[in-house]
Amino acid sequence: MSFLPLVLVLLAMCTFGYWYGSRRAMAQTDSSVRRVAVRPHQFGLYVAIWGLVPPVFLIVLWGLFQEFGSSLGPALFDQIRTIVFPVVTLLVAAGGLYVSIQKINPALKVRKTIETAVYGVLILASTLSVLTTVGIVFSLLFETIQFFDKVPLSEFFLGLEWSPQTALRADQVGSSGAFGAIPLFAGTMLITLIAMMVAVPLGLFSAVYMTEYATDRFRAIVKPILEILAGIPTVVYGFFAALTVGVFFRDVGSAIGLDVVSESALAAGVVMGMMIIPFISSLSDDIIMAVPQSLRDGSYGLGATRSETVMKVILPAALPGIVGAVLLAVSRAIGETMIVVMAAGFAANLTANPLEAVTTVTVQIVGLLVGDQEFDSAKTLAAFALALVLFVITLSLNVIALIVVRKYREKYD
Amino acid sequence: MQMLADVTTPEIEDVEAIISAKDVSVFYGDKQALNNVNLDIPANQITSLIGPSGCGKSTFLRCLNRMNDTVFGCRVEGNITLDGQDIYAPEVDEVLLRARVGMVFQKPNPFPKSIYDNVAYGPRIHGLTRDKDELDEVVLTSLEKAGLLKEVKDRLNATGTGLSGGQQQRLCIARALAVQPDIILMDEPCSALDPIATARIEELIEELRENYTIIIVTHSMQQAARISQKTAFFHMGEIVEVGDTEQLFTNPRDDRTQGYITGRFG
Ligand SMILES: Nc1ncnc2c1ncn2[C@@H]1O[C@H](COP(=O)(O)OP(=O)(O)OP(=O)(O)O)[C@@H](O)[C@H]1O
Ligand SMILES: [Mg+2]
Repeated sequence: MSFLPLVLVLLAMCTFGYWYGSRRAMAQTDSSVRRVAVRPHQFGLYVAIWGLVPPVFLIVLWGLFQEFGSSLGPALFDQIRTIVFPVVTLLVAAGGLYVSIQKINPALKVRKTIETAVYGVLILASTLSVLTTVGIVFSLLFETIQFFDKVPLSEFFLGLEWSPQTALRADQVGSSGAFGAIPLFAGTMLITLIAMMVAVPLGLFSAVYMTEYATDRFRAIVKPILEILAGIPTVVYGFFAALTVGVFFRDVGSAIGLDVVSESALAAGVVMGMMIIPFISSLSDDIIMAVPQSLRDGSYGLGATRSETVMKVILPAALPGIVGAVLLAVSRAIGETMIVVMAAGFAANLTANPLEAVTTVTVQIVGLLVGDQEFDSAKTLAAFALALVLFVITLSLNVIALIVVRKYREKYD
Repeated sequence: MQMLADVTTPEIEDVEAIISAKDVSVFYGDKQALNNVNLDIPANQITSLIGPSGCGKSTFLRCLNRMNDTVFGCRVEGNITLDGQDIYAPEVDEVLLRARVGMVFQKPNPFPKSIYDNVAYGPRIHGLTRDKDELDEVVLTSLEKAGLLKEVKDRLNATGTGLSGGQQQRLCIARALAVQPDIILMDEPCSALDPIATARIEELIEELRENYTIIIVTHSMQQAARISQKTAFFHMGEIVEVGDTEQLFTNPRDDRTQGYITGRFG
């Protein structure tokens, strides 16, 4: 029996167990006495848990065993896989169902079993997500160490030149390539800075407008619209940046005698900023709403105008939270890939001029891994090193942001 | 009743009304919260507003400095004059009005700023002082008048939210005084405080009476009897009875007043 039918049979058995357990419990309850007691469906759940948990445990063990199982010889292993394992599993399930159904009586403490099962499922879910993160970090770490075997740390972190492509052509002079990551991080920073210069004022002001000025009706209509902006796929922003905004900036530039390339840092940054506006505005909105009404009343009561109240009381009170929101937004901007891939280009220029083309860490990771790869070349491994550094940066930003936001939460309690 | 009868109430002086409300009705959307309320507030006296929860005391108080303007959907009808001038007239700047009619709230609500900045908030936004020395002066005298200076003068830069509840409420009073109002509205200023802090605030209110007109909403009949000269009893959006505090508490004319002050309903 293969895996899927096995699972289906298991589920069917447990559903039956649930139904039968409920019925049996129902038959045992004395419906003339009205008092708090364990409800029949809870007995059903109890039976289902006993029918499900032990076989699932077996299946997980089997998964681990398979790793070594093949050393038994293929014929034996195949027999175990197709006959022994399913039969044992179903027997265990049937045994669980049978024993638990026998145990049903009104005094049985089934709630505790159900709570334990729920607790187990929750723990398992959170453990899995944490383990995934740890797994990703370790795989990054492993490849990164390999990379630094080939390319010295100092070149990566201090080098001003990035041209990994040359590494592919062995006939070329200097075929080892140049892996100085500084232009990439500088480009990332430049684009992030531009994005923040667009997103922070616009997002913050729209949040202030929404919370302090707009009527409830306007808010009910416009807020969802702002949030739709957050749902636009970034690839759409990407070609908007590449085909519309970039060209527009180039045309405006040439009209006033400035030399703007169509893949400018400015275009990518501005569009990325637009993408982040809803992120900042909806976070700031929550934070500003959390400023107690009594502070507003206090300020108005002293004869402050609305804008004085916003500037002198509400924003200062909300500031730590807003800083947290901005840091979260920065880490999003740093990690954003699609817009910059489409709008910023691959030229690793080291420049602070937003009208020139720059490239970012994420763009280069894409560039390094697109196409056929040798997995142990310095070029491929460089992607892992970049990713790890990026990960460390955004992780620290998020941690700082969370600490800041949490501190701020405590203040009103 | 005995307990209330033997408290001494300050002499009632015959003074002119500084605020006068005529036929004031207030609506929140379609819901009417006040119905044709008439009340004269005598200058330099303490007037207390009493009545069961939800009867419109706060609503009335908030009409007097137009704080209701900040509530969406709130509509005020009727006529309220301050020194003979209609405060709802179109040419009246409600911001200046609020500076003249200060307000202290039920829950102490100091800004999350330093003690100094809390008190300096009003003078700063209204540009009441020319330089730092003058501002210092205003801050210190306001704290002094609110009876808080002694406790905080070594830590003016500490945050205002770090004070005790009673100190915070006195800070809020100091903050209101710093704008140099003529009238102070207090909405249950002691309801979040313990008896000792309450006694301090009551003492303070009686001192302030010399220079300010005070209107106080309170749920404590003893408090109203102790500190006020005039009392208005609100019930279901109307003023049922208004008169000298002593008379109202010892010899109420209306059955509903009688019922409320003896605790038969509330
Ligand atoms: N912002 C508002 N929107 C709608 N209705 C309101 C609003 N504020 C007050 N009300 C209503 O107006 C009526 C009077 O309320 P108000 O707050 O003036 O009562 P109160 O006498 O101060 O009561 P309490 O002693 O409980 O403070 C109540 O029925 C209340 O539900
Ligand atoms: Mg009230």
